[in-house]
Amino acid sequence: MSDTLRHVSRALPHDSARKHVAGSAAYVDDLPEPQGTLHLAIGLSPAARGRLIDLGLDAVRAAPGVVAVLTSDDIPGRNDIAPAFNDEPLLAAHCVLYFGQPIFLVVATTRDAARIAARMARPVIEKETPSVTIEDALARGETVLPDYAFGRGNVPRALAEAPLRASGQFRIGGQEHFYLEGQVALAIPGEDGEMLVHSSTQHPTEVQHVVARILDVPQALVTCETRRMGGAFGGKESQATQWAALAALAARATGHACKLRLDRDDDMQITGKRHDMRADWEIGFDRDGVIHAVDLQLNARCGCSADLSQGVVDRAMFHADNAYFIPNADIRSKRLKTDTVSNTAFRGFGGPQGMLAMERMIDAVAWSLGKDPLDIRKANLYRVGHDETPYGMRVTDSGTIHAIITQLEESARYRERRAEIAVFNAQSPVLKKGLALTPVKFGISFTLKALNQAGALVNVYADGSVRLNHGGTEMGQGLYQKIAQLVADEFGIGMERVRITATTTAKVPNTSPTAASAGTDLNGMAALMACREIKARLAAHLAKIWDCDTGEIRFAEDSLWAGNRRMSFGDAAASAIRERISLSSTGFYATPDLTWDREKRWGRPFYYFAYGAACSEVIVDMLTGENRVTRVDILHDVGRSLNPAIDMGQIEGGFVQGMGWLTTEELVYDADGRLRTHAPSTYKIPVASDVPQHFNVALHPGVNREETVHRSKAVGEPPVMLAISVFAALCDALNHLAPGKLVPLDAPATPEAILRAVRALAPGDVF
Amino acid sequence: MPRRVLRFLRRGRVISLSGFAPTTTILDWLRLDERSTGTKEGCAEGDCGACTVVVARLRDGQLVHEPVNACIALLGSLDGAELITVEDLAEGDTLHPVQEAMVQHHGAQCGFCTPGIVMSLFALHHAHDGEMDRSRVENALAGNLCRCTGYKPIIAAALESCARPAEDRFARTASERIAALAAMNDGRPLLVGDDNRFFAAPTTCDGLADLLLRHPDAQLVAGATDVGLWITKGLRRFDQMITLQRVTDLALIETNEDEICMGAAVSLADAASILGQFDDDLEIMLDRFGSQQIRSAGTVGGNIGNGSPIGDLAPCLIALGATLELRRGEAIRSLPLEDFFLAYRKQDRAPGEFITRIIVPRPGPQDLIRITKISKRRDEDISSMLMALRLTVDEGRIAMARLAFGGMAGIPCRAPAAEGVLKGQLLADAALWRRTAAALAEDLQPLSDLRASADYRMQVAQNSVIKALAEMAGIPSHLTRIVPRRETRHV
Repeated sequence: MSDTLRHVSRALPHDSARKHVAGSAAYVDDLPEPQGTLHLAIGLSPAARGRLIDLGLDAVRAAPGVVAVLTSDDIPGRNDIAPAFNDEPLLAAHCVLYFGQPIFLVVATTRDAARIAARMARPVIEKETPSVTIEDALARGETVLPDYAFGRGNVPRALAEAPLRASGQFRIGGQEHFYLEGQVALAIPGEDGEMLVHSSTQHPTEVQHVVARILDVPQALVTCETRRMGGAFGGKESQATQWAALAALAARATGHACKLRLDRDDDMQITGKRHDMRADWEIGFDRDGVIHAVDLQLNARCGCSADLSQGVVDRAMFHADNAYFIPNADIRSKRLKTDTVSNTAFRGFGGPQGMLAMERMIDAVAWSLGKDPLDIRKANLYRVGHDETPYGMRVTDSGTIHAIITQLEESARYRERRAEIAVFNAQSPVLKKGLALTPVKFGISFTLKALNQAGALVNVYADGSVRLNHGGTEMGQGLYQKIAQLVADEFGIGMERVRITATTTAKVPNTSPTAASAGTDLNGMAALMACREIKARLAAHLAKIWDCDTGEIRFAEDSLWAGNRRMSFGDAAASAIRERISLSSTGFYATPDLTWDREKRWGRPFYYFAYGAACSEVIVDMLTGENRVTRVDILHDVGRSLNPAIDMGQIEGGFVQGMGWLTTEELVYDADGRLRTHAPSTYKIPVASDVPQHFNVALHPGVNREETVHRSKAVGEPPVMLAISVFAALCDALNHLAPGKLVPLDAPATPEAILRAVRALAPGDVF
Repeated sequence: MPRRVLRFLRRGRVISLSGFAPTTTILDWLRLDERSTGTKEGCAEGDCGACTVVVARLRDGQLVHEPVNACIALLGSLDGAELITVEDLAEGDTLHPVQEAMVQHHGAQCGFCTPGIVMSLFALHHAHDGEMDRSRVENALAGNLCRCTGYKPIIAAALESCARPAEDRFARTASERIAALAAMNDGRPLLVGDDNRFFAAPTTCDGLADLLLRHPDAQLVAGATDVGLWITKGLRRFDQMITLQRVTDLALIETNEDEICMGAAVSLADAASILGQFDDDLEIMLDRFGSQQIRSAGTVGGNIGNGSPIGDLAPCLIALGATLELRRGEAIRSLPLEDFFLAYRKQDRAPGEFITRIIVPRPGPQDLIRITKISKRRDEDISSMLMALRLTVDEGRIAMARLAFGGMAGIPCRAPAAEGVLKGQLLADAALWRRTAAALAEDLQPLSDLRASADYRMQVAQNSVIKALAEMAGIPSHLTRIVPRRETRHV
């Protein structure tokens, strides 16, 4: 163990910060292209559902600059890019599954030539009426996966016996990832069928596997490398593979390097989103607002294939309790099939939808009782003796969320502001303010147990410099920086000795996606394991030289020590190499104690929970539905922070992203199943002026009870759900119009949705 | 004789280009030809700002640094200007102050939007005139999307680094740069290519009229904030393009006691500074119009000439009573702006004809103006509804009413029935407000689309009229708006 931490817990800049601001950080599209690189464009299906009669490619093949046009017939291996359920083709064959689905691939000498040619196709499709909405899918009874449910207690009886009940239907919108760097891959063919793919992916291993499957070559022939992504947010977990596989297919067919970079409009049309859902709910409670029973059905629109929907919808169910004890719970789900692009992972992975449904129910309880929603929230929090979730895991550290809420209630002056707002609203006919404080409890671990593993490869060189490889990918979240800080401190060396390298399947194989917030937990621990192995060898070597116990050897200040004896890290490395000691080691980590059994619907799916709470204030124009978030206070639990600056960045950024999901970000599909909001001109993510001027974020002091890296906690996803406070605050403002009524506001709360709710609650004239 | 070579300043050297396609964008030239990949493509439609570069030009002998969306701006638009990109800012290992502040405040996570943000802040830094506050920073960043940080550290970096006037290398070498730009400014028209395929930049109105008469099918372009998308998204490849950007007489703003005349090529940013003096609502609307990048490139003539039913400028100018002037060859005619719009995407413009000027009468002391722009997102969003109302009020009675809308029909249009209800009535009568709103049902035929339903458009149009009349009757705007008006100012 290192004596002191020189880097861990320090707010050091992102490893690429200086390169980012100077424009010298290279993304896939910036890499020098091998001579003769060809460029690709995809032909998109002009219908959402139907039989593919003819691709109509004559004009495409004859277009200037076109080298080849590839179809599903040209795939040497299996035409399947699905991550799990074998249900998604690389290129459509026989039938089309959604509007914009790739149906052929153009290979040309330039990007423009490829794109212009791709639009010359005249495909013939025997169209069928597509299923687009949740209601369409429910009516047709089409699903991508079987229904699934879990729960505890006796819900029918508890509901019947509950003193009060409320019920409703609540729509939760989807969300486009809008990573700033669109999907892109560059495939470079090698000898004997080898293929090197530079891909902007969260999951290099899956890219490797799918490329091997498509090309029908052993996985060992395919290498996927990812230095950095320009954002991902889940959108490049399973859905970066298609573009990589297409690039590899073209590279195999032509023998040239091939690059595919999607145009933004295409990217938005043909990559999946956060699942939109309809929550059908009923809650039974008493006059104190204590929950007796919850009956919840989550109808999730999964799109045309299963993709990651099993895990996403499961996680929505796992978070439908949020932080509240529900003695009788029946949580059911439908994984609906529609003729639209397959919905996929998005930061929170279903958790936000489940949690939002629960918070809607809590608000409904508060409105019907005329009580402050915060009091209802506090009355139902998990606590000792009331600590078992609907899926059997116990919440053993509920004190954390109690402490967070209590502190935030005070630091945000919740009660005083509540009173001030009541006075303001009573005097203001047009503008109404709203306030809400909501908690977050988010389970950390992949719910698919097999994914909770990670590997690393650490090399120490003769001059004491260190090359660090691990299975995690860098998408902006600061994973590389955090792990480099861990490794530097583990060896007791300065950061300048640690060389961060691109993630590649050639060095660390069989990795899990960088997802589920678990990147640092898993890969950080694996890297530490590798370091400790090398340290043990160095310590044994030095103990022999110095004739002391290995236990006396310390690693600090770029040196190895035993008492006052000191050898520089570089000299120690060189010395060990002369003695034929390996200074390269892998490390491996698998999360312990996970017992979740999906068949039995019971167990521990999560290693631990991350907590947080947010208090948001909004002002709403009741004549137009326009609104603004005026103040936000956040207290969030990251355990012992590995890098407070990076963690704060995740919290602030996650919150604003969640705020966009619940306010301005609206996905509009037409009856043909065509996405109409497929560019930033029509799909509105937050801009600088949407960020509240008063935005106070603090880290909750504390350490993880579980043995994570330096007792830190995962931070990637949980902050998204802090933004539920914004939605609840908007509802609170509307509740002032007609106290006692259920606020008929669905998500996202666009100005139009808000004005519709205003008119339902208060149809009269303001002036 | 026209000059046959495009010339612009880059890293202290004059770049001369004679063989480029007329539709080449600045971004493609940078990334594909110069192989400078620091500037990123995020959306290729001028919305996300990842491609932001700074174009420096001479204006009245002074350097101005404007942020530009390189993804849709045409390479030819650089003639006589200086192109500055993210790679150019650092001096050796020393980062530029805006870059250093971005590092210190942790303003980059994935880093993909960062080059564009750095360039927007670089432009802001060089636009410094002694004042810097959060709203100005927000305004400068409205055209830069970041999906990672939540903007807080970026705003902090901007406030810190842009607090003082620029003292960077670009400021230190200003006189050399001014000299280099002046030396390129030969006043000659540009024509790269041949008669069939060219990029042309005439320098006079007469030259433009003549060229357009000879090539009536040539695509006119100014800031390319719309035409650029026809290229990047529509994949259109125009053989002949004529830019208005160097036509000096079309860039003029002339003012007198009664009216202001804006040349068609006056940028939206320059229009904002003059129209904003009429009324705070015009300034607020133009602050929310596109982004800094769009407003510095886009023009008054372009926003009107493309005939979009959702262009924000037309309804405002119609309410103000503007007149449009057009020219074809030697023939000049003018018409009320509302008569220019014939039907959806169809305007009263003959082949070879172009917009020369927009003449806007100054509001009088008895005139009141209110504008409401409704969009899903407050900044950098296309309106689902825009209402512009101008009343002339004499002793509490409405002598004249001009009420115009965008987004409520196939063209920007007036609301004659509602205007008729208002005329001659007492402004303070709340029943009048509601009657006026009800009359809009006769005037407007909104559609449902991805931005809003017809129902919402109508409701919010009616509510906006009621709100505007209530404000005009004296209800202070801090009671009616989330962001209140400042004092109404007259020129």
